[in-house]
Amino acid sequence: MVKCSSMKKNNPNSAPAADHADMPIIADHISKSYNKGAVNALRDVSFEVKKGELFGLIGPDGAGKTTLFRILTTLLQADKGQARVSGYDVVKDYKQIRSSVGYMPGKFSLYQDLTVEENLTFFATLFGTSVAAHYELIKDIYDQIKPFSDRRAGKLSGGMKQKLALCCALVHRPTVLFLDEPTTGVDVVSRREFWEMLQQLKRQGITILVSTPYMEEAVRCDRIALIQNGQLLNIGTPSQITDTFPVKLYAVKAASIYTLLKDLRSWTQAESCYAFGDLLHVTLGPHTGDDLALIREYATAKGHDQVTVQRIAPSIEDSFIRLTTTNSLQYGSADQS
Amino acid sequence: MKQLFVFIRKEFYHVFRDRRTLLILFGLPLVQILLFGYALTSEVKNADLVIMNGSVDPLAQQLTAKLRSAAFFNVQEKQLSPTAIEKEFKKGNIKAALVFPSGFSSDFIKARHATLQVLTDGSEPNISKTIAQYISAIVQDFQREHQAMAPAPLTITPELRMLYNEEGNGSINYVPGVLALILMIVCTALTSVAVVREKETGTMEVLLVSPFKPVMVLVAKAVPFLVLSLANFSIILLLAVYVLNVPVAGSLLLLFLITLLFIITSLSFGLLISNATSSQQVALLISMMGLMLPTIIFTGFIFPLENMPLIFQWISNLIPAKWYYAAVKAVMLKGLGIAYVWKEMLMLCIMTTLLLTITVKRFKIRLA
Repeated sequence: MVKCSSMKKNNPNSAPAADHADMPIIADHISKSYNKGAVNALRDVSFEVKKGELFGLIGPDGAGKTTLFRILTTLLQADKGQARVSGYDVVKDYKQIRSSVGYMPGKFSLYQDLTVEENLTFFATLFGTSVAAHYELIKDIYDQIKPFSDRRAGKLSGGMKQKLALCCALVHRPTVLFLDEPTTGVDVVSRREFWEMLQQLKRQGITILVSTPYMEEAVRCDRIALIQNGQLLNIGTPSQITDTFPVKLYAVKAASIYTLLKDLRSWTQAESCYAFGDLLHVTLGPHTGDDLALIREYATAKGHDQVTVQRIAPSIEDSFIRLTTTNSLQYGSADQS
Repeated sequence: MKQLFVFIRKEFYHVFRDRRTLLILFGLPLVQILLFGYALTSEVKNADLVIMNGSVDPLAQQLTAKLRSAAFFNVQEKQLSPTAIEKEFKKGNIKAALVFPSGFSSDFIKARHATLQVLTDGSEPNISKTIAQYISAIVQDFQREHQAMAPAPLTITPELRMLYNEEGNGSINYVPGVLALILMIVCTALTSVAVVREKETGTMEVLLVSPFKPVMVLVAKAVPFLVLSLANFSIILLLAVYVLNVPVAGSLLLLFLITLLFIITSLSFGLLISNATSSQQVALLISMMGLMLPTIIFTGFIFPLENMPLIFQWISNLIPAKWYYAAVKAVMLKGLGIAYVWKEMLMLCIMTTLLLTITVKRFKIRLA
């Protein structure tokens, strides 16, 4: 079995780069705990984002994504480790970072009692610029909310709010953009639109660090880091991550999916089994013979009807589940905050 | 500079778009000044007084006429039995009764000693005390007039005079008190809530990740409330002068200066609270319990400070409103100049400097 505890295996750029110019974001062994060490929010996190890259931080709620964002945007100080954004140290040079990056927090953080236009103008002025100055950057996004420019921000729909927040984060043409869960709580259509906007911004040369709890959004990123319990499990392109899935994966279906799940879980031959949509994803332990036949025989022997077994390509979510289970084997289930 | 201007304009938007804040800002002074001016006053006007005169007695009639001419009483002359008097008191029809004994004149002239019975409604101790004082003052006055006509013996009678408030206008003392209270609420509570709201809604995060200087957030938050407080001060002053007939005896400019100083002290308090808290409720609770209550208790406009145990008198020195109240009373009611209030102003200056220093020192440029 392959242990994926070390991300260095998949990331040749892990050592702190001497040249910061083409590495707008560098995190170097960052650790952070809350409540005097009772809660470990981040444990020895290192990664780099290349210039013009759309980098995704993928992980469930409470994995430490927001803490990492706050450290990189100078809002929190790490207990251990260093980080650089646009070549500036996040502690010493916090002023330079604050005026050159764009940040969109996970919670909607605009003024609900100000109109769309007032919000945009306020943030433009705050950054010492005007809405007109870099209008071409936000034009495509702002055009979609322009019909509502006199509406109070609090009265906008979820998708509209995110577009406005993105406009406000972009209004000063930042070199690096931090988006903390921009698609959480947003409908499917708006989410797809949002990712298309990010692709466009990437083409404009803006480096983007985006976090999301939705695994299926990972494929939209150039590279991703999987995070859980404050630790990075793996870093790489989405295909690199799915390619390193160490074993064969099978999708199994039967008439009674719930009893099938119970039966497969009690099967010593099955290494892992979990529900995935209306299918079961199964991996097998070492054995001799044909995998497909083995699963089908077992299921039929247990009295299941309409059994179908298929070899499938693992998704990011499969990789994530595999990494988290192996990870929890190593570290136990301590502080699942 | 333009950034600060736009930030301040945004703060004004917040205030004018929030009905609750507006209500506190402009409804509260109106209600309080009228409430204290009219409803909560110990001043007695047109109290129903029954005078019982058993016989035709010239002196008793003169005294009755004198009582009638006073604006405090609504005099009725009636003959009532003791049980009937009690009934009237119980119904609340009368506030006081005066009983002349028969032979009141002859007692006064011959024996040089006459008595009369004054009954008041003790269930309302403040009012009954005031009424008793009024009546005895009128009786003494009457007695003095008659002694002047008669030859010796000369008797010294104490002359009671309510200094600075000859008409016994009860609202006069409340105006400085209400000023202190309102300014404290507006500056401290509303300012602390305004800053904490940015933390609670998460907008503080966005503000911090910008080139705007973090400490300037505090300045931008304080300026609108400074302006609004001055507007408030003017409203209260106008109400006091034109509705409650409380004149401004001293310099208006000095009064304005003292108020400006107190506003800045209160704003610093508000900013300090906002530094230490992260939820609007807690900020409001601290402002209300931690500042409003001491302001009411230790300022001296409801409970006289002189009657308090020494330790409370010391504590009262820590309350900014106490110094403001004293200074406003001196300037507004007594018409005194800066020579009499420099000590109060100095105290407010020291407190402000101290509070602002702590606030700026403790201000976080990060989230935690």
